[in-house]
Amino acid sequence: MRPAIVPDVVAETAVRDGGLVRARGLTKQFGDFEAVRGIDLDVEPGEAFGFLGPNGAGKSSTMRMVSCVSPRTGGDLTVLGMDPRTQGPDIRARLGVVPQQDNLDNELTVRQNLHIYGRYFGLSKAHVRAKAVELLDFAQLTDRADAEVEPLSGGMKRRLTIARSLINDPELLLLDEPTTGLDPQARHLLWDRLFRLRQQGVTLIITTHYMDEAEQLCDRLVVMDGGKIVAEGSPGELIARYCSREVLELRFVTDKPDAAAAEGLADRIEVLPDRLLLYTSDGEASLAAAHQRGLAPASSLVRRGTLEDVFLRLTGRTLVD
Amino acid sequence: MSTTTQAPETTRTGLLLRVLPVGMYAGRSRALVERSFLVNRRTWLQVVSGFFEPLFFLFGLGFGFGKLIGDVVGPGGETISYVAYVAPALLAASAMNGAVYDATFNLFFKLKYAKLYDAVLATPLGPLDIAIGEITWALIRGALYGTGFLTVMLGMGLLTSPWAVFALPAAILIAFAFGALGMACTTFMRSWHDFDLVQLALVPMFLFSTTFYPITVYPGAVQFAVKCFPLYHAIEVMRALCTGYVDASIVGHLAYFVVMALVGVVVASRRLGKLLLA
Repeated sequence: MRPAIVPDVVAETAVRDGGLVRARGLTKQFGDFEAVRGIDLDVEPGEAFGFLGPNGAGKSSTMRMVSCVSPRTGGDLTVLGMDPRTQGPDIRARLGVVPQQDNLDNELTVRQNLHIYGRYFGLSKAHVRAKAVELLDFAQLTDRADAEVEPLSGGMKRRLTIARSLINDPELLLLDEPTTGLDPQARHLLWDRLFRLRQQGVTLIITTHYMDEAEQLCDRLVVMDGGKIVAEGSPGELIARYCSREVLELRFVTDKPDAAAAEGLADRIEVLPDRLLLYTSDGEASLAAAHQRGLAPASSLVRRGTLEDVFLRLTGRTLVD
Repeated sequence: MSTTTQAPETTRTGLLLRVLPVGMYAGRSRALVERSFLVNRRTWLQVVSGFFEPLFFLFGLGFGFGKLIGDVVGPGGETISYVAYVAPALLAASAMNGAVYDATFNLFFKLKYAKLYDAVLATPLGPLDIAIGEITWALIRGALYGTGFLTVMLGMGLLTSPWAVFALPAAILIAFAFGALGMACTTFMRSWHDFDLVQLALVPMFLFSTTFYPITVYPGAVQFAVKCFPLYHAIEVMRALCTGYVDASIVGHLAYFVVMALVGVVVASRRLGKLLLA
């Protein structure tokens, strides 16, 4: 098997342009609606970069601009050192794209889907034939190779979509919510495959609203909200900056949580209808202090601070759509 | 093993490309034609069925009606059988119908439901590649039907002039123009209901564009209106080539289709770009 990328080429590209993807003040407008409102981005070769954000935050619009299927409204954007506005076909030739909704060719079989997609990239029939065998194995679809696409399960279709996106050995793989709607087994299998790609040196850009997915897969991520980037860093950095090492959850069944009584027990206290969340460096110590003050929760839980806490803090708890 | 994923730098010039935004063309529409072959290999029966429709018309109208009508006056003032009069018009109409059907119903399905082109545009291919690729497939199919129909005409002794060898290329040009314009119209359609309009345009055009009787039956004003229909020009071309009464006016009729094809391709690919590359 050929390595998925030629590291020298990527390194060279990176040196020349300071990143595989570089955006400055990037905006996207649909009529009166501003979907992306001036974002800066730098994606380095070999990293797994994540976009986190609620629905409508502008993640998919950004992804579509990077994949050169949506012209930017304003700002600067280079992908692989080229301008999507004028060099779209040349950029797309080196990208792999996994869209949010599977758009497999239902009039073709599993193998034919890979085959014809490779032909769109101008690859030779012999090359595509060999590559399809390799990718069917990668996606664990070898025994369904000559089956119709339509009756496949959601997980299989997703795997096939990812396999298809790899037909041209892309240097940069864009995945828009790769595991939405999949069962846990299918998700873990997909994560495993994405891990392997990363080890082969493929640069990944992933959008998700699953925090565990972002923590599992991303070296670095940005949180988007309302078309803007509201935070940036590695999962660990973001937790350290916007959350606390531990979170103490005090659950009250009958009484309303007494927020005033908990005042001063933690760096930050959040009051929910049935719970108090105490963001603290030492959960057990805060719990003992709460009991001393006479707080009597029905149950309590000490857990690590997670990306989900960061996310909710940054983007709020209100439903977006 | 090496991969050559660079889009070829050739074929990026020319009149057509100057009126279209950059990045709409990778010069690789052939891949989409290959897809159509692959898909239709599995549904060949449906492809073959398209060959019979104009033949049914030919037998029903030519022989049934022809018996009733007898001989008529041909394009050169000569006397010809009614079946020889109608057959070239049916060839023109079938070129129109086949191309329009492919460029409207089939295209709309792939555009709105199968989301085929969303996947295609993530590759180097652009909207112009899609437009050309899909029209090319429609033409290949149309050429097959045209060949079949002309063969039947030849067998029936309806091709009386060597000019008839140009009937097939002319049919392909006509189909190209109708396909391109049909595709351009499809990009404006919002739902299946809009396709009633396609029928509303095609049926009267089929009936009134001198398919079954000469234009002289109409009063002057109506004659002018009929002469605006593309099918009228297609029938003029076909009748001239099949009977051999070719004069300079054929250049005008053919020019009509060249313009129609160019306008269709430009509008179709621009609109596809707008719809798919938002």
